[in-house]
Amino acid sequence: MSALQVRRSLLVGLVAFGLLMVPWVFGAFTVSTFTRALVFAVLAMAVNLLTGVAGMPTLGQAAYFGVGAYAGALVSIHWSELGVVQLVVATLAGVVAAVLTGPLAIRGRGVAFLMITLAIGEIGHSAAGRLDAVTGGTDGLSGIRPVVVLPGSEGLVNEGLIYYYVLVVAVLAYLGVGVLLRSPFGLTLRGLRDNEARLRAVGYRTDAYALGAYVYAGGLAALAGSLWASSQRFVAPGDMGFEIAALALLAVIVGGVGSMWGACLGAALVVFTRDYFGQIVSGHAPLLLGILFVLAVYLLPKGIAGGRAQWRSLFPAARAARTTGETT
Amino acid sequence: MSAQVPDAGAAVAGGVPAVAVEGLSRHFGSLKAVHEVTFAVRAGSRHAVIGPNGAGKSTLFALIAGALPATAGRVRLHGDDVTSLAEHARARRGLVRTFQHSSLFLSATARENVLLAVQRRHGVQGSPWRAVGRRRALLEEADEVLGQLHLLDRAGAAAGALSHGERRQLEVAVALATSPSVLLLDEPAAGMSPADTHAFQQIVLGLPQEVTVLLVEHDLDLVFGVADTVTVLHLGEHLITGEPAQVRASEAVQQAYLGAEDTSDLFLEEGP
Repeated sequence: MSALQVRRSLLVGLVAFGLLMVPWVFGAFTVSTFTRALVFAVLAMAVNLLTGVAGMPTLGQAAYFGVGAYAGALVSIHWSELGVVQLVVATLAGVVAAVLTGPLAIRGRGVAFLMITLAIGEIGHSAAGRLDAVTGGTDGLSGIRPVVVLPGSEGLVNEGLIYYYVLVVAVLAYLGVGVLLRSPFGLTLRGLRDNEARLRAVGYRTDAYALGAYVYAGGLAALAGSLWASSQRFVAPGDMGFEIAALALLAVIVGGVGSMWGACLGAALVVFTRDYFGQIVSGHAPLLLGILFVLAVYLLPKGIAGGRAQWRSLFPAARAARTTGETT
Repeated sequence: MSAQVPDAGAAVAGGVPAVAVEGLSRHFGSLKAVHEVTFAVRAGSRHAVIGPNGAGKSTLFALIAGALPATAGRVRLHGDDVTSLAEHARARRGLVRTFQHSSLFLSATARENVLLAVQRRHGVQGSPWRAVGRRRALLEEADEVLGQLHLLDRAGAAAGALSHGERRQLEVAVALATSPSVLLLDEPAAGMSPADTHAFQQIVLGLPQEVTVLLVEHDLDLVFGVADTVTVLHLGEHLITGEPAQVRASEAVQQAYLGAEDTSDLFLEEGP
């Protein structure tokens, strides 16, 4: 193993250990904030798959997140408490929603795509508020039963156990996205971002792959939505509103467009800034988020995962000290 | 078939032409960028299209590649009418183009650029997982093409970090990796130094004989260095198609390039 591999596996081990220790170290509120951060990380990965990997910046993923949240909640209320069933049904619902709306969205690229996805998000939001019979309207949907992991076992009510449930699913989603990115399809999506005209010229029907990415991202966002329903046990139209879509995009920009671990880190940063540090400075969360965004754009325009060069330029003194140390 | 294609088909000996253009036109409003152009490209030939600025070379190229729809006329590929096919569909049938200004996947490595073409040819471009054995076969094929274009030592470099000349080579490598039956080269020597152009000439001459090459080019040294057939366009219309010697001798070509008054020899060759 090379030094880089050793360092990488050490880092992965450290992060895994840290994530596993969360319920043992922190109180209930902090643990639930971690849970929300994990859910948000899965949504951010879906946004990043479109925005960062395929080069299609989106503001519509909250709609599919909402579809998944409502689908998971309805399954829990009317049919099954089993987590797996909820996750599968919610993901399929997101896939179906993306298959139906995707052909409209992928007609445009760049700003046009962004605007169409924004419209899809807004339609989803207002539909959730109006369809009282299904979604409970603006009152939201309560009565979601505690999620059951294995048939016959008890539902999860303890914050720590819910956290572990969300953690396992989020890690599986992360690995799934990792497999996709290393696959031929992943390379196709990067080609789509870099140069769609050339991709066409070597024989790709590029719209089909743009739609493929859109459907995958829709399913992933819906999976996150189902986790949201299980962990919050309450779903309201606000969960699929513009704010969620914008925050997910913010998480991707802060974390580093195109990098999945960057998106996850960005999601954690956004959620903690809003729910944790926002509490400390009593209700100034939007201000903090604004500062976070400005800092990210000015200091780390490529995001946290955007390469070492920009980190070095942030700390010129340390860099100078190190280079002189190396030469002497 | 020859009954339907009196001009293009009959003019070419040795079977169905790789590409046949029949009465092809593209008008932009009243501007006749390409007007009723007819010629055929013999399979296996090195066919160049030249012409002074504004002759319609680039438009003709886009029409053949499928990047622009034709106003009238037909494009045939190995005898089949492909006029109504989109660019990607023509590419799948073996008609693959390069771009005048290198058009690459800049954040990907040189190897990944070629891999994108290789995986499409194998039909696995939509596969959501990486199979180890298949991956190895794809990589081997990509490296073979990179080697052919003398880029193997740059395989791991990002395309954006390559020199201009290397990008031109990679440009051809990406097209070649789709194993085309017809390779369309759009002004491959544009912006190249004479040394690069010479190296590129060797690459074109070294391409497999079964690949038909149709190039649109400004640089007459490159054209007469590689082409066995030359078509001259002038003001959107077909002027002449023939062997290089024939084209050099043509008075109409001299006039198109230099104007009627000038009698100096355009294709003056340097002494031995």
